[in-house]
Amino acid sequence: MEKLNGLRCRECGRRYPATPVHVCEFCFGPLEVDYRYDVLKTVVTRESIAAGPPSMWRYRDLLPVEGDAAVGHHVGFTPLVRAQNLAEELGCREVWIKNDSVCHPSWSFKDRVVAVAVTKAKEFGFDTVACASTGNLANSVAAHAAEGRLKSYIFIPADLEQGKVLATLVYSPTLVAVHGTYDEVNRLCSEIADKYRWAFVNVNFRPYYSEGSKSYGFEIVEQLGWRAPGHIVVPCAGGSLITKIWKAIKEFKTLGLVDGPVATKMHAAQAAGCGPIVTMIKNDTDVLVPVKPNTIAKSLAIGNPADGYYAYKTTKESGGFGAHATDDEIVEGMLLLARTEGIFTETAGGVTVAAARKLIEAGVIQRTESVVICITGNGLKTPDALYERLEVHVKIKPSLSAFDRALADLKSHAV
Amino acid sequence: MPRIRLRLTFPPELIQEPIVYRLVKDFDLVINIRRADVKADYGWIALELEGDEGALERGVKWLKTKGVHVDPIERDVVVP
Repeated sequence: MEKLNGLRCRECGRRYPATPVHVCEFCFGPLEVDYRYDVLKTVVTRESIAAGPPSMWRYRDLLPVEGDAAVGHHVGFTPLVRAQNLAEELGCREVWIKNDSVCHPSWSFKDRVVAVAVTKAKEFGFDTVACASTGNLANSVAAHAAEGRLKSYIFIPADLEQGKVLATLVYSPTLVAVHGTYDEVNRLCSEIADKYRWAFVNVNFRPYYSEGSKSYGFEIVEQLGWRAPGHIVVPCAGGSLITKIWKAIKEFKTLGLVDGPVATKMHAAQAAGCGPIVTMIKNDTDVLVPVKPNTIAKSLAIGNPADGYYAYKTTKESGGFGAHATDDEIVEGMLLLARTEGIFTETAGGVTVAAARKLIEAGVIQRTESVVICITGNGLKTPDALYERLEVHVKIKPSLSAFDRALADLKSHAV
Repeated sequence: MPRIRLRLTFPPELIQEPIVYRLVKDFDLVINIRRADVKADYGWIALELEGDEGALERGVKWLKTKGVHVDPIERDVVVP
């Protein structure tokens, strides 16, 4: 099945063959995968999807790969949880958590994009994959490279905490720590990606890599019984995820796979200390002003997001909005989700929970409408965000009487 | 001759300054603008710079000291 037209510039529309390129040679605009929906319409059905594996690869026909998954066979198809307790706290009728904190193998939605990028790298015959990352992406690239028996180079800022390095180093990549400011590391990695013939997953493989995020959106619709929700609250870092979830919903609609209307409003969630996309939305301007990140939500800390403009456009097109969350609100969001649903998310999830709450309280999300809150990473990866914010409630000596007294004390406080 | 592709973002106070002209004149760089959006109070330019390595480095350093936000064309290469 010839399902791809190739790549297409998102700015000038110029077409390119499906090769490892990511920037339009003419206008320097980003390239995107262009599908032949007329062909896909003849092969993709609910039945064909349901017959696929319980992973993101059940949507393989709608991903830019030629053959089967080369790595990450178990990525995706994470739980969509009906969050009744959280809904009560938020005063809403229908709240869902799309829970990628348990995404296999590295506990974040990055496994989706990396599984596609590394599969594509193998299809193109690359023997080395690479990325520059301070967290989730590094974990995922190193894990998938190990599984695919590819060489991997992971670039990190030299001042990265040891805890974050371990979850990458364990997979035995070549880890390169670069001394310098964020901007210097960023530019160096761009030049390395340009010079070496490696599959730099979020640079020269970006058009393929980013398509992996669509599986998150496909799953939401399928798991809701082929229904599009009223609202989706999405964390924004580079801004790609929100655009791809929206693309996924529109593709399902194009293919006739959605029951009922598609009137989903896409909302952007960012930290107040790094929220250039939400600032655009609030000011209703397509001008993105870069910021210097200052937030505990490290996994969302991108000050000049490449897809910021497209993320803004997605919220406009869908009729959605956005909300900022302060550091305190982020922690409250994490604790609220943990306390009500037993889900421990990283700080990015705290951002989406806090943003959803604000959008509900502001009346942007009506309390009678369905809302999906995107949880994209696991809290065990960023425990430092909660240090000194939680404490052991009861400390006792090792005797039953000590416990009896403590329990009585607790009960008296509870009354 | 080495080339780099950059995205320059200008704060409001620099909009009226001939930044690109100075890059050509003072650093002997060849400039090729591919896309840009310059408004009254804000602007960005996607361009290619060509010159010898030292001149490129000095030019980029000068841009930063002027307060221009300098990114590779992909912008967020290092991601969380």
